[in-house]
Amino acid sequence: MQIDVQTVNIEQKNQTFSHLKKRFGDKKIPSRYQEASYDLQAEENLHYRPTWAPEQELYDPNLSKIRMNDWYDLKDPRQFYYSTYTLNRAKQQETMESNFKTVESLNLIEGMPDPVLAVAQDLLIPLRHANYAANMNNTLVCGYGYGTVFTQPCVYHAMDNLGIAQYLSRLGLMIGDVESLEAAKQDWMDSDAWQPLRRSLEDLMCVRDPVEVFIKQNFVLDGLLYPLVYQRIVDQNLVEQGGSGISILTQFMTNWYLESKRWVDSVIKTMASESAENKAVLEEWIDSAANHFTSVLLPVAGLAVAGNQADELVSEAHDELLQRAKKAGLFK
Amino acid sequence: MDIKKTPKKLNVKEKYRLMTRDLAWEPSYRDEKEIYPYVDYEGIKVHDWSKWEDPFRLTMDAYWKYQAEKERKYYAIIDAHAQNNGHLNVTDARYLTAIKLFLQSISPGEYASHRGFARVGREFAGVGPQVACQMQSIDEIRHAQTQVHAMSNYNKFYNGFKDFANQRDRIWYTSVARSFFDDAMSAGPFEFLIAIGFSFEYVLTNLLFVPFMSGAAYNGDMATCTFGFSAQSDEARHMTLGLECIKFMLEQDPDNIPIVQKWIDKWFWRGCRLLTLVAAMMDYMLPKRVMSWREAWNIYGVENGNALFRDLARYGIKPPMHWDDVEKSIDHTSHQIMLGLYQWKFGTAFHSWTPTASDIEWLKEKYPTTFEKYYLPRWEYAIAQKENGGEYNNFGLPKLCQTCQLPCLFTEPDDPTQLAHRETEYEGEKYHFCSDGCQHVFEQEPEKYVQAWLPMPSMMQEPLKGDLAAWMEWASLEPTASGEYANSEDKANFEKWRKQVSTD
Repeated sequence: MQIDVQTVNIEQKNQTFSHLKKRFGDKKIPSRYQEASYDLQAEENLHYRPTWAPEQELYDPNLSKIRMNDWYDLKDPRQFYYSTYTLNRAKQQETMESNFKTVESLNLIEGMPDPVLAVAQDLLIPLRHANYAANMNNTLVCGYGYGTVFTQPCVYHAMDNLGIAQYLSRLGLMIGDVESLEAAKQDWMDSDAWQPLRRSLEDLMCVRDPVEVFIKQNFVLDGLLYPLVYQRIVDQNLVEQGGSGISILTQFMTNWYLESKRWVDSVIKTMASESAENKAVLEEWIDSAANHFTSVLLPVAGLAVAGNQADELVSEAHDELLQRAKKAGLFK
Repeated sequence: MDIKKTPKKLNVKEKYRLMTRDLAWEPSYRDEKEIYPYVDYEGIKVHDWSKWEDPFRLTMDAYWKYQAEKERKYYAIIDAHAQNNGHLNVTDARYLTAIKLFLQSISPGEYASHRGFARVGREFAGVGPQVACQMQSIDEIRHAQTQVHAMSNYNKFYNGFKDFANQRDRIWYTSVARSFFDDAMSAGPFEFLIAIGFSFEYVLTNLLFVPFMSGAAYNGDMATCTFGFSAQSDEARHMTLGLECIKFMLEQDPDNIPIVQKWIDKWFWRGCRLLTLVAAMMDYMLPKRVMSWREAWNIYGVENGNALFRDLARYGIKPPMHWDDVEKSIDHTSHQIMLGLYQWKFGTAFHSWTPTASDIEWLKEKYPTTFEKYYLPRWEYAIAQKENGGEYNNFGLPKLCQTCQLPCLFTEPDDPTQLAHRETEYEGEKYHFCSDGCQHVFEQEPEKYVQAWLPMPSMMQEPLKGDLAAWMEWASLEPTASGEYANSEDKANFEKWRKQVSTD
């Protein structure tokens, strides 16, 4: 018997799964992002309460002060599910790999002025520890947040932060071998400039409201840190001083920030538009954390630029952050 | 510090240490107990987290690169499968029952593992296990998603796929897998790792994946078997993680040994009960069979298990408590489960059927001491009813085991003519069990298992109050997806379409 299955035209019974039909109708075939994301988490008839916290449900929207009628409203505009996420990152890592090769083959590090290298060492390498904290914080949001469209990008974000910590480690190994990493850790643990940030991250790692962690880490801290460190200090100051090689090796971070802030902003906008109560909670978190982290990052910026300029750069980043918050519907 | 020093060549282990272990620091502004509040309460003692041996050394750049390659290949194949009506290449539409059951029960388990591993990847106080667990977390969401995508095309043409999300939470038999994963997730971080990382991934995963994926390959299901191959290297990583975690716990403190032993006893039994559904799949649902459940058990259960527990004996770990009961049940469970599914087929979102003459010959050969003696007569009774224009159904509702949530349909380990039934009274209520193993699990933590959501009693309560039709609607149990295969739309359509595309 021969089978020629390609030629036959068969009428379909179902366009899509019922839970997607309920959400989106069945006029359009759902995207793979929708199939991979909506309603995957168990909703009902959860069997047992957590033995670690019997007052909680196994998946518990009440772990957060933020309330959503439907947590699946918090979709990711990048439409990342595992496949699109890994394909994107694989492309970016290919670029980074060739960037590392370029910097190496042209001896860009050796040719760099000492003050530039000193800034890279003092400012960038200790940040790998901050990325580790961001990795842990996003893992928490993924674990305890509610609804797959909200939690799924957080595991990707956690792994991205690990990836960034590893790129920074490679940069350290390039500029000063293992001693670079050792010195940076010493700074992270003891030097005055880093203590406020380390303390704040230890504090944040004690917070258990998944949305609060999400806001303070991904919106506030990263929203100050990336524009300040990567967009201004590295891509402007260091490049002007002959540090293009550093900028090439932090390209991933610059692009990653621009890409992921679209997602973070969209989540905040959706939460804020849900209710006045949500808006008030978000404003309170963002206002206090933005002021706090701005002061925390001042001594960090001071590692790269003189006092006045540090003030200026940090307050620019702060303004930029508040602009983003306004665009998301807050502080109006 | 000497900047611009020529870098030394680091070996892989040292480099990986710098890229992961070295990222964490000892907190000094906050107490570790505030950051890791759940790491102590199970009683596992860890003296030195740095003794954790990384089971694999994969930095994120390498992870992205390898995984993206696999993803590209996987989606190319399932796209082609969909475009070319690959569903018509399966042996016949009976095969679909196996993958419906998989999508309804196992894919939600993959998702639960994803969330569970994210939690333990945050709760462990050592960066080695944190990173390893996070990587498993992201792998597990991959598996859930690739499975949904593979099944999506089948859903377009056949019944029984479309309501898997609702059915995950509401159908009686999906509750078997749900309660298993809920049980693991509601346990502490160390027990979760023993449950999923060790017992499920290391001891039992071959019994799930090898049969399913080779079953898919044998029966022409390219989509599912491609998923299986694509997941294989992830699974290899998960298995090494499972083994490392148990060794780590056992080596950290001798007081951990009895706790770990208790968990191994529990999760081995829980896992074996869950796998009885796979047993039925292997012996009854595959039109072309790979091997019998007995044969699979001999290879992946007995041989691998013996080697593993010989290895763990040096730590003072004994083989799981109810190992002998499992061994005694192997020649029986698939028949008992399938007879159960068949008699309650009005309440399953997949079809079942009575074995054909050639099925019966195969079953006789594979189960020479049990099939003909105990189970063939029951099948013959059902076949005779069909021949007389009737249908063998049991509209009585099964009594479910409080622990594993399967119907109490198993027999005594030493007497296959006697239904096993155990009872325990706890705080004035009576609880029912299918076996000593499940009763034992309950009695270790009754305060946990009394909370179990049991689908049958819930049907008798508000708002359904025993209304069978309302219950079926609530659980998305549509008649077209249920019942006897011979009368099904799936069968009729598959045969019609196959005829359209076939030329003699």
